[in-house]
Amino acid sequence: MLLAGGQGSRLGVLTSKVAKPAVSFGGKYRIIDFPLSNCINSGVDTVGVLTQYQPLRLNTHIGIGIPWDLDRNIGGVTVLPPYEKISSTEWYTGTANAIYQNVDYIDSFNPEYVLILSGDHIYKMDYEVMLDFHKQNKAECTIAVMPVPMEEAKRFGIMITDENRKITDFEEKPENPRSNLASMGIYIFNWKTLKEALTAEADQPNLDFGKHVIPYCHKKGAPLYAYEFTGYWKDVGTLNSYWEANMELIDIVPEFNLYEEYWKIYTKSEALPPQYFASTSKVEKSIIGEGTEIYGEVYNSVIGCGVTIGKGTVVRDSIIMNHSVIGVDCELNKTIVAEDVHIGNGSRFGIGDEAENETDPHIYNHGLVCIGEKSVIPEGITVGKNACIFGVTDESDYQNNELPSGKTLNKAGEE
Amino acid sequence: MRAIGIILAGGNNHRMKELSQKRAIGAMPIAGSYRAIDFALSNMSNSHIQKVAVFTQYNARSLNEHLSSSKWWDFGRKQGGLFVFTPALTAENSYWYRGTADAINQNLEYLKSSHEPYVVICSSDCVYKLDYNKVLEFHIEKKADITVVCKDMDARVDIDRYGTVKMNEECQIMDFEEKPVVAKSNTISCGIYVIRRRLLIEMIERCAEEDRYDFVRDILIRYKDQKRIFGYKMKEYWKNIASVDDYFSANMDFLKSEIRDYFFKQYPDIYSKVDDLPPAKYNPGAHISNSLISSGTIVNGTVEDSVVFRKAFIGNNCTIKNSIILNDVYIGDNSYIENCIVETGSTMKANSYHKGENGIEIVVENSERFVM
Repeated sequence: MLLAGGQGSRLGVLTSKVAKPAVSFGGKYRIIDFPLSNCINSGVDTVGVLTQYQPLRLNTHIGIGIPWDLDRNIGGVTVLPPYEKISSTEWYTGTANAIYQNVDYIDSFNPEYVLILSGDHIYKMDYEVMLDFHKQNKAECTIAVMPVPMEEAKRFGIMITDENRKITDFEEKPENPRSNLASMGIYIFNWKTLKEALTAEADQPNLDFGKHVIPYCHKKGAPLYAYEFTGYWKDVGTLNSYWEANMELIDIVPEFNLYEEYWKIYTKSEALPPQYFASTSKVEKSIIGEGTEIYGEVYNSVIGCGVTIGKGTVVRDSIIMNHSVIGVDCELNKTIVAEDVHIGNGSRFGIGDEAENETDPHIYNHGLVCIGEKSVIPEGITVGKNACIFGVTDESDYQNNELPSGKTLNKAGEE
Repeated sequence: MRAIGIILAGGNNHRMKELSQKRAIGAMPIAGSYRAIDFALSNMSNSHIQKVAVFTQYNARSLNEHLSSSKWWDFGRKQGGLFVFTPALTAENSYWYRGTADAINQNLEYLKSSHEPYVVICSSDCVYKLDYNKVLEFHIEKKADITVVCKDMDARVDIDRYGTVKMNEECQIMDFEEKPVVAKSNTISCGIYVIRRRLLIEMIERCAEEDRYDFVRDILIRYKDQKRIFGYKMKEYWKNIASVDDYFSANMDFLKSEIRDYFFKQYPDIYSKVDDLPPAKYNPGAHISNSLISSGTIVNGTVEDSVVFRKAFIGNNCTIKNSIILNDVYIGDNSYIENCIVETGSTMKANSYHKGENGIEIVVENSERFVM
């Protein structure tokens, strides 16, 4: 069961029209491709995807699951939105509540075990190894954990285990952590145990795995185990961590290697043609998606599919998503450009001194410029750092053809 | 659609030199991420032809692999679909396909069991976009028995490997010559035909009775005075790739922006099998100019005026000029390649040097590859 309903509000305008799992990543992928590919590569061929927030792009991306070979006669992928019931129609109010509302779906397969995943992490993991661990320990619930630096531990749910990895205690975002094993939000339950816990706790508001279901199981004395994972795992919950994770892909031998034959990541391919580089182009330390045409210069950047970058334009340390068009003689520094954006000739981004964002300093920081999907930016605009633009804009929206650092220009009507 | 499709992908030819040792021409990689047959299949699909047969015979492994799933061209459906016919031993027949007409004859059941009134026949080795419905409309309007898609070739192009036609002002074909020594016309047949299904069955059966096996020689040329054969002139881009030089230039055509626009950006699309490769990666030291690079490729060196296919690796300090690097090629550091076609799967040691002095050189090099 893949939880893909969250908004991911800390990604700012990137998730104003799409759910976080549907945000582009690494040129041609979307975040949900990673857990979905892990599923099929681990032999999990029955996957329910729970959607709620802005599901359109997620639905069209998943379809009947062809890219992941999840178009099956039995099982396969099923998209599970919240639905109306005779009594108590409600949205998914929490992670566990979403599962609780789909008990019938799970029951229809009568499974022994249920794997709970979240749709917003970048990693490669063999869930079968985790399941073997679960069976070996005769656990009723296994939680995947990874060691984090002690000083960061207070941002996570922390598991305290004995020498056999049996969980003895846990704490949610503790002030003084007693362990550095952070929960990754990946659980394996015996379906019987989970169903019982969900039914017993059903009346809790915002029913959540970390806050209610796991404590309930622990209180009942069910054996809980922690499965330690030491590979690459990245939460891309904030703009800065999203940008960093993308930038890590362009290292010469990246820690997270997409070029291995083993454990491929699958995605719906929107474009097939090769990339074209004009004789005026320069490119260094970048990854670039299919069908992109480059007439300008690209350094240290991640470029999606079907992008056009005009002559004389210089792109540095930036992310440009699918089908965006960048005019000629532009300059982009540390800029995240969402899908289908049009940038007029001679516009410059990430220029000048840093200034704290006036509306959402917790989202737009680290000097990043963020441009929401389908935005249009006229010619000759200069944009500062920590700025954000969303919507169709023209010259009259800018003073002196300028958007200073830290300003937000949102013409799309909603945050 | 009122037609079914037949794609003739069985032949071999010596003009492809070493390139056809590995595969049928229909499976030749083209334009960075496609195979030659994708153009015919996509045209069929985009013309709403729902039922298509591919006849293969020569070295079909690579082609069969490419066609292993029909869903990429939208043929994975209950009605119709994609049929791949290789020669088979039957109670009546123990021959290979002895020619194009024989191939159709050996699979006549495919035609007989269909109910669509027309058949579109084409080859697998041409690069073009064509709505077969337009040809069919022309066919019906002219009350033709057979319609042949034709193209006026540039006078400079050597046309001795094509069939040439002569038409009157009504577009009726008066003369048809196969591979003439001295061509009387520069209008050639593109190898695309529209014909009524029942007429095709009738003519193929008559051919078989007379032990004739070739569609062009024994049907088109033999019946050109008895049947109403018309030529539909195609004005758009069309190129046959069945010789090394044409194959090379067809790939290089995609470096022109108007050709890329026409094939990649304008409706309808060309489809191909999806490979799930990561985006191409450019490390420090990469210099690329006027080139096409496909996904899964890693570039560390210089690439100029070239087409690089999928999953290639180009080492440090390499120079690739005016060349075609096919799929899954590994080029070691400090190599120099100019005017070459590097065959799929080649592994070149560091410091290799290849330069096609008189025309295009085909490089096949299978050194041992060390991968992480």
